[in-house]
Amino acid sequence: MSTQSTSPAPYAPGPSLPESDFTGDGHSAATIGDAARDYVNRLRGGDMGSLPALLGLAVLFTVFALSHDKFLTTYNLTNLVIQSASIIVLAMGLVFVLLLGEIDLSAGVAGGASATITALAIIDHGWVWWAAVVAGLAIGVLIGLTIGSLVSFLGIPSFVVTLAFFLALQAVPLKLIGAGGSLRFNNEVLRGLSIKNVPVTAGWIAAVVLVVGFAGLSLWQHRSRMAKGLVHKPTALVAVQIAVFSGVVLGLTFMLSQNRAVNPEIFNISGIPWVAPVVIALLLFWTFVLTRTRFGRHLYAVGGNAEAARRAGINVTRMKIAAFVICSGMAAVSGILAASYTGKVSPGSGGGNELLYAVGAAVIGGTSLFGGRGRAIDAVIGGLVIATIPNGLGLLDQASYINFIVTGGVLLLAASVDAVSRRRRSASGV
Amino acid sequence: MTNANVEAGAQPLLELRGVNKSFGVVHVLHDVDFAVYPGQVTALVGDNGAGKSTLVKVIAGIYGRDSGEYLFEGAPVHVSNPRDVAALGVEVVYQDLALCDNLDIVQNMFLGRETRKGLVLDDMSMEDRARETLASLSVRTVKSVRQSVASLSGGQRQTVAIAKAVLWNSRIVLLDEPTAALGVAQTRQVLDLVRRLADRGLGVVLISHNMNDVFEVADRITALYLGQVAADVPVSSVTHNQVVELITAGRSGDLGIRDVAAATI
Repeated sequence: MSTQSTSPAPYAPGPSLPESDFTGDGHSAATIGDAARDYVNRLRGGDMGSLPALLGLAVLFTVFALSHDKFLTTYNLTNLVIQSASIIVLAMGLVFVLLLGEIDLSAGVAGGASATITALAIIDHGWVWWAAVVAGLAIGVLIGLTIGSLVSFLGIPSFVVTLAFFLALQAVPLKLIGAGGSLRFNNEVLRGLSIKNVPVTAGWIAAVVLVVGFAGLSLWQHRSRMAKGLVHKPTALVAVQIAVFSGVVLGLTFMLSQNRAVNPEIFNISGIPWVAPVVIALLLFWTFVLTRTRFGRHLYAVGGNAEAARRAGINVTRMKIAAFVICSGMAAVSGILAASYTGKVSPGSGGGNELLYAVGAAVIGGTSLFGGRGRAIDAVIGGLVIATIPNGLGLLDQASYINFIVTGGVLLLAASVDAVSRRRRSASGV
Repeated sequence: MTNANVEAGAQPLLELRGVNKSFGVVHVLHDVDFAVYPGQVTALVGDNGAGKSTLVKVIAGIYGRDSGEYLFEGAPVHVSNPRDVAALGVEVVYQDLALCDNLDIVQNMFLGRETRKGLVLDDMSMEDRARETLASLSVRTVKSVRQSVASLSGGQRQTVAIAKAVLWNSRIVLLDEPTAALGVAQTRQVLDLVRRLADRGLGVVLISHNMNDVFEVADRITALYLGQVAADVPVSSVTHNQVVELITAGRSGDLGIRDVAAATI
C-alpha cells in the first residue's frame, strides 16, 4: 500500500534542455531493475519499512512449523488471525502517538476500562450492543482527550501522564467488577466477531471486490500520473504490487474458506472470522486518513518537525490531542475485541502484556519510536509477528516465563532495528 | 540599476517608521526606520546583538512594537500576529530552515496550505505547481520533487525553503542568514536565487554576516548598531570597509550615528 513512496532516480539532465528548465524531474525509475536498485539503496540507507517484520514472520513460521506439526493447520492459522486482531487494533492506535514521537502506556488499560463499560451496559442496563460499543468508545475518547490535554497544555511528558493513567485506570474495572470477579461477554454480535465466520461466498465476493478495487485504484493513479508527466513508478512495479496484493488477499481467503473443524465429517467450520473485516476496514480507513487527508499530512509534519509545523500554521496542540484521542479510541475497540475473543472482561483486562505487545507490533512493523515515520499497515504486519509468538509457544507447551522472555527480546530487537536504521538514515539522508 | 528608483522616491513596499522595542529594561530597537523596495535586495547587517533578529521578528509579526508605524504600500496596516503579516504577502525564511525531514519537497512546500479536492489532498496539482515554481526560479539542482527533504544538501534545503516562500505569490521575502551553513557552490546557488527573486519584482531582505554575499546581491544596505540604524545607503555608495566600520563602530566618516557614545543600550 505504498502508493506514496516514489523511487528517486539518478540525475541525468538531457543535453537539449534549455538552461532555465527545471530538469531532472518528472523522472521515475524507468525499469523494474532500477526500482529494485533504488529499493536496495533505501534499505542500505536505513529505510527498512516492514522488511524486518516480514523476515521475522518468515523465521517464526519456519521455526514453529518445524517444531510442531499443528502450527500450519488452517485451524491454528485462523486462530492466529483472531488472536492478533486486538493487538493489531491497539497497535494501529499507537501508531498515531508514536508518529508524534509520544507514547501512550495507558492504552492497554484504557481498552480494559472501555470493555468493562461496554459489558456493564449490556449486562446491567440491557443496552443494545451498538449503543454499548458507542459508550465504550466514548470512554476511550474521553481518556484520550484528558491525556492529550495534559500533555499539550501542561507540557507533562506523555511517558509520565500515561504511566499515571496506566495505574489509575486499572481501578475502573476493579471497582466496577470487583476483585476476583469477571463479566461474561456473550452478546451474540460482539462475541460473534471472534467465534463466527463470514459465509464463504460473501467472503470470496468481498475479497474479489478488494482486489479489483486495489488494482483499479493503482492503475488509475498510475495512468493519470503518467499522463500529467508527474513522478510515477515503473509500470512493471505497479503490476507486481497488484499481483502480490491479489495473491495475499485471495490466498488468505482461500485458506480461511477451508473447513478447519477437527472432525470435518461432522462439523463445518469455514469462512473468514468476522474480526478480519473489522481490522481491514480500520486499516483502510486510517491508511486513507494518514496518506490522503490534510489531517494525516499534518500529523506527519508535527512528528517530523513540530517547530516547522507550527510555523506553517498547523495547530500542534490540536494535532497532539487528536493523536491521543485516536489512540485511546482505538484502544477501546481493541479492548472490546479482546473481550470478544476471551468471552469475558476481568479486572486485569488490558493490564498485562497487551500494551507492550502493541508497541512492539507497531515498532516491528516499521513505525519509528522517534516520531515522523509510521503507517497503519505497520500495525497489521507487526501485530501478526507478535501474535505468532504466544501462539507458537503455546502449541509447544512452553512455560509462560519463556513467552515473556521471547516477547521482551523481540520488542528490544525491534527498537534496536529502529534506532540503528534511524542512525543510518541520518547518515545517508534517505 | 534599480537604485534610481529609490532616489526617484519610489514607494517602498514595506516601511517601518520610528520603531521602538524593549524587553523589560533592555531597549533593543531605538527609533528604527526600515524600508523594503520592490525589485531590490535590501541587506540588513549588524553585529551580534545589534537587533537584526528582533527587527525581523517585528516585521514578521512575532513581536509587537512598543511604538512606531508599520506601513505596507504606503498605507499604515495593523499587524498583531504572524498570520496578519503572511496575509500581506510577507514570508520569512528562518535560519534553522522550517522544513520537515520526513516529508518530500512538494509536501513541505504546501505544508499548512495543502490544496484539496473535497476532503482528499490534491497531490497531483500540488506536485504540478511545486514543479512550476521551482522551474520558474530556475532551480536545477534537485533530482525529483518527490525526494524526501532529508536527502537534500544544505543549499537544496535553503532553495526549497525559499521556493516555499515564493509559491504563495509573496511580495516580500525575508531571508535570515540563508548562506550561513553553506559551501561555496551552494552559496552560489542560493545567491543566484536571491537575485532572481528580486528580478521578479519581489522585495527581498537579506540578513547576513558575510560582506561578500551582501556586496554581491544587495542593492541597499541597512546597518544596525546597538539597536539604531547606523546607515541606510545604496550599496554602490559605500565600500566594504565602510560597512565593516558601520557594523563595528556605528559610524564611518560622514556616515553613521553622530554621537556613538550615546548609542548604548
